[in-house]
Amino acid sequence: MKFKTGAALLEQCETLQIPISEAMIRREVTISGQDREAILERMRRAWQIMRDAVEEGREGHLRSIGGLIGGEGKKLLDHITVRSLMRKAAAYAMSVLEVNASMGLIVAAPTAGSSGVIPGVFMSVQEKEGFTDEQMMLALFNAGAVGYLIMQNATVAGAEGGCQAEIGSAAAMAASAVVELMGGTPQQCLAAASDVLSCMLGLVCDPVAGLVEIPCQKRNATAACNALICAEMALAGIETPIPFDEMVTAMYRVGRSIPYELRETALGGVAATPSACALCDQILCARKENAQ
Amino acid sequence: MEDISVFDVIGPNMIGPSSSHTAGALKIALMARHLVSGPVREVAFRLYGSFARTYRGHGTDRALIAGILGFDTEDKRIRDAYELAKEAGLKVTFETDTQDQDVHPNTVLIRLTDAEGRVHSVMGSSVGGGEVVLKRLDGVAVNITGSGCTLLVKHIDRPGALAYIATCTSQWNINIAALAMHREARGETAYAELTIDSPAPSSMLEALRAHPLVTEVTQIIV
Repeated sequence: MKFKTGAALLEQCETLQIPISEAMIRREVTISGQDREAILERMRRAWQIMRDAVEEGREGHLRSIGGLIGGEGKKLLDHITVRSLMRKAAAYAMSVLEVNASMGLIVAAPTAGSSGVIPGVFMSVQEKEGFTDEQMMLALFNAGAVGYLIMQNATVAGAEGGCQAEIGSAAAMAASAVVELMGGTPQQCLAAASDVLSCMLGLVCDPVAGLVEIPCQKRNATAACNALICAEMALAGIETPIPFDEMVTAMYRVGRSIPYELRETALGGVAATPSACALCDQILCARKENAQ
Repeated sequence: MEDISVFDVIGPNMIGPSSSHTAGALKIALMARHLVSGPVREVAFRLYGSFARTYRGHGTDRALIAGILGFDTEDKRIRDAYELAKEAGLKVTFETDTQDQDVHPNTVLIRLTDAEGRVHSVMGSSVGGGEVVLKRLDGVAVNITGSGCTLLVKHIDRPGALAYIATCTSQWNINIAALAMHREARGETAYAELTIDSPAPSSMLEALRAHPLVTEVTQIIV
């Protein structure tokens, strides 16, 4: 099986009466020549790494090597004013970014800078709804299908398309997967993904000191919430007039028009604020002292 | 464009924080490591562009050392690469160059000294998503992407060298996916760079080395 657009994917799902995850598994069998079980086994390992990262990060003892983040996920998790799924998803997403920033093992999904969104959404939904690890592993193929379509037809690189392309894509992937897990149709999956992209459209990539820490960690958290809301909207039957493929093209065009300063260069946006520049100087000074 | 695998999207599994500055850097060093047979005594890294500016915060330095130590991008020991290099008796130095504007922003020049004191140099760039390109080997311009197997045959630039290499691949039933020739100057040192669909067995590497025009054969598998 092969497909290069969301429309073609939906058509295959309709004809064969299969979910998006199944279509993506069959596509992988076709293009890789590997057998199905080997492919599933590889995805089980990815899911295990994601789970381990959440569990390691939420202990709260990690400190990033850049020195700007560490312990935020646990802080949010321990805070008890409102016990919501959202807060848990956000806290888990932040925890994974702490693992990433402290040179721990993560799954780039689709990138390292956006690696918190899918584990955050997946772990919190699994804990609430009681899905098995096997179901979560299969849902990763649904997320993979959305990410693949964005990679195929646009970009998931912050340096090319800004944060909307990177963390935005991760959230679109997560939203679509949640819809499938909760029993939604393939159409509803891509509607949720389209909604996420439209809600995060234009977001720039402006990491403080060029590091994957601030504002990346908090953006992973809010993107996880964005994914959950958009999944709920799709599941509630709220329609989206803009098809997924058109939204991907729109996101790509916006990405191409984002100036160089706002595409991962740390020359604009949050990175260029006086406080961010002061942090940047601090990091450099601390290093010079260490080196001496 | 090759088909994008689901594991290019949900993956790679890697040590953070950055696919280009950490995983990609490691991959360049790992490929460079393949060029030296036997232990590496000393390694000097020269970092350019964004690598030069942000290497400590991204752990680029530790990733590069880890690559020379032969670790893969999932290895949790990358964090402790400095200590492990010390234990292994590997001497490591870093220097930065933020002036050179002509290179790709994520570029490193690696100089490796082997046990006999021979020096090899490799320049590579991390071009995004953990993908890398080796640009120069011992001063000769190359273009090795490290997807699959690459066979590098260093030889004297004379007629017959390529014919012999092609005969070997045919005899060992190895299919060539891409081929490029690079040379320092006419009649001098040249490289044949072959992307092959399956790894060449050691018997074939020996046969290549036996030819009078061939001076060195290296296989890089990533």
